[in-house]
Amino acid sequence: MTHKNHTSRREFLRTAAAATASLALASPSLAQSPARVVVIGGGFGGASCARALRQLDPSLDVTLVTADRQYVACPFSNEVIAGDRAIEAQQFTYEKTAAAGIKVVVQMAQTIDPQARTIGLADGSTLRYDRLVLSPGIDLRFDALAGYDEAAASRMPHAWKAGEQTLLLRRQLEAMDDGGVVAIVVPANPFRCPPGPYERASLIAHYLKTRKPRAKLIILDSKDAFSKQRLFQAAWQELYPGLIEWVALSQGGKVTSVDPATNTLVTDFATHHVQVANVIPPQRAGRIAEIAGVTDKSGWCPINPVSLESTQVPNIHVIGDACIAGAMPKSAFSANAQAKTCAGAIVALLAGATPTSPKLINTCYSLVAPDYGISIAGVYQPRNGLFADIEGAGGTSPLDAPRDVRAREAIYARSWFETIGAEVFG
Amino acid sequence: MASALINVPATARRGDIIEIKTLMSHIMETGFRHTVTGEAIPRNIITNFTCRYNGDEVFRADLFPAFSANPFISFFTVATESGKFEFQWIGDNGFQETASASITVT
Repeated sequence: MTHKNHTSRREFLRTAAAATASLALASPSLAQSPARVVVIGGGFGGASCARALRQLDPSLDVTLVTADRQYVACPFSNEVIAGDRAIEAQQFTYEKTAAAGIKVVVQMAQTIDPQARTIGLADGSTLRYDRLVLSPGIDLRFDALAGYDEAAASRMPHAWKAGEQTLLLRRQLEAMDDGGVVAIVVPANPFRCPPGPYERASLIAHYLKTRKPRAKLIILDSKDAFSKQRLFQAAWQELYPGLIEWVALSQGGKVTSVDPATNTLVTDFATHHVQVANVIPPQRAGRIAEIAGVTDKSGWCPINPVSLESTQVPNIHVIGDACIAGAMPKSAFSANAQAKTCAGAIVALLAGATPTSPKLINTCYSLVAPDYGISIAGVYQPRNGLFADIEGAGGTSPLDAPRDVRAREAIYARSWFETIGAEVFG
Repeated sequence: MASALINVPATARRGDIIEIKTLMSHIMETGFRHTVTGEAIPRNIITNFTCRYNGDEVFRADLFPAFSANPFISFFTVATESGKFEFQWIGDNGFQETASASITVT
């Protein structure tokens, strides 16, 4: 196995194109040519999986298909919104992925033919696979909340995919007058990053408290409970008393329509006019999953938790936010763990072996303030076709921990991001 | 504790069909669950909801264990005259809550 430290984009697209052409001509005999695994999606799940595949079996022919040359990570993007972090700290590229012997193809995958095992790319070219991994993340549903379509997102940012939307929400907060009201609209489960809306509320509150002390924040929630709820609420009481109002579903928190022209949020029982509206709409698996036929009527992808293989389409595996993972939350940490499990299963399956039942770990850190971290951790194993929580493993930060524990957890959170970024993209 | 949310249009024109929405906070314990030590958790649900419009009953619902916690009930009626909507929820263990809202019909 040879490592190139640097491959120019042109060179590497040429290599990829040549490889595609030669594969198209090659005999389908698996005995003579290396097995072809294509991974679609260049986030934490897909980029992790491509790397893990090459590490487990350097003879594999691994291609990573990603829509963008650059990946903008969601974890810690709430700090960008709060003005404590530059967006550049969220940006990753695929040079090191390519250097690891993975063909990186910067294209939208548009079609998938599970019978022929081919993928059609936006430039008209075709990729063949023996095993396909889909890690498409989420699509925001612009048909699920009355008034909230793609155009509305430019007035009422979701900021639930990091990048321009993150910066838009940041600019709106900066432009808001002291005394304004910020609203965060939270969808029903399941959605990407269950504690994310509450971390966001916390960090925005931190910004408001220090820069716009007369402003308020209201969370309009379609749920009656949320991740790390007691820890968040205790911290809000301690750090931001009277600043954050959480309106649960049973208190009329579910937003039923929005009007971006007037920044109005309507629930079944009230109408809220706010200065900044962060609307996080319902979500589903990224579009390519539906095209591949691996989504069910929920919009997400049922999988066999041992192999992460779709229960609906053979030879296609689904990892990360798009899959139905039972007790495992939709997080970068989960996607990374699932990616490694999936890679191991694929290597076993290609060798004609049966994948062994895995145990996976997830930890979600949240910052309540820049120096105040809390976490929830879990260990999971396959049971009844889903990932089930192993009881007694994991847990949350203690409710009564002193501030130095919270400060250390904030440091652990930052260390985790450095580590996963380096492992997946570095 | 129990609390009601209601949404009745403040104004309407005579003959308009209006939507009324209600939500009552309630645990709606089914009676089918057990504690970790195996004891049955007794049923505790709302069993009945009524709405009166200037004294006349315009909507009634019976509720059962399959209803979700914090039941949300919405229905339509015709705005006939200005006055008062009165809502009542009745349930197990002597549960009783009321709420009211006024409407001006022109």
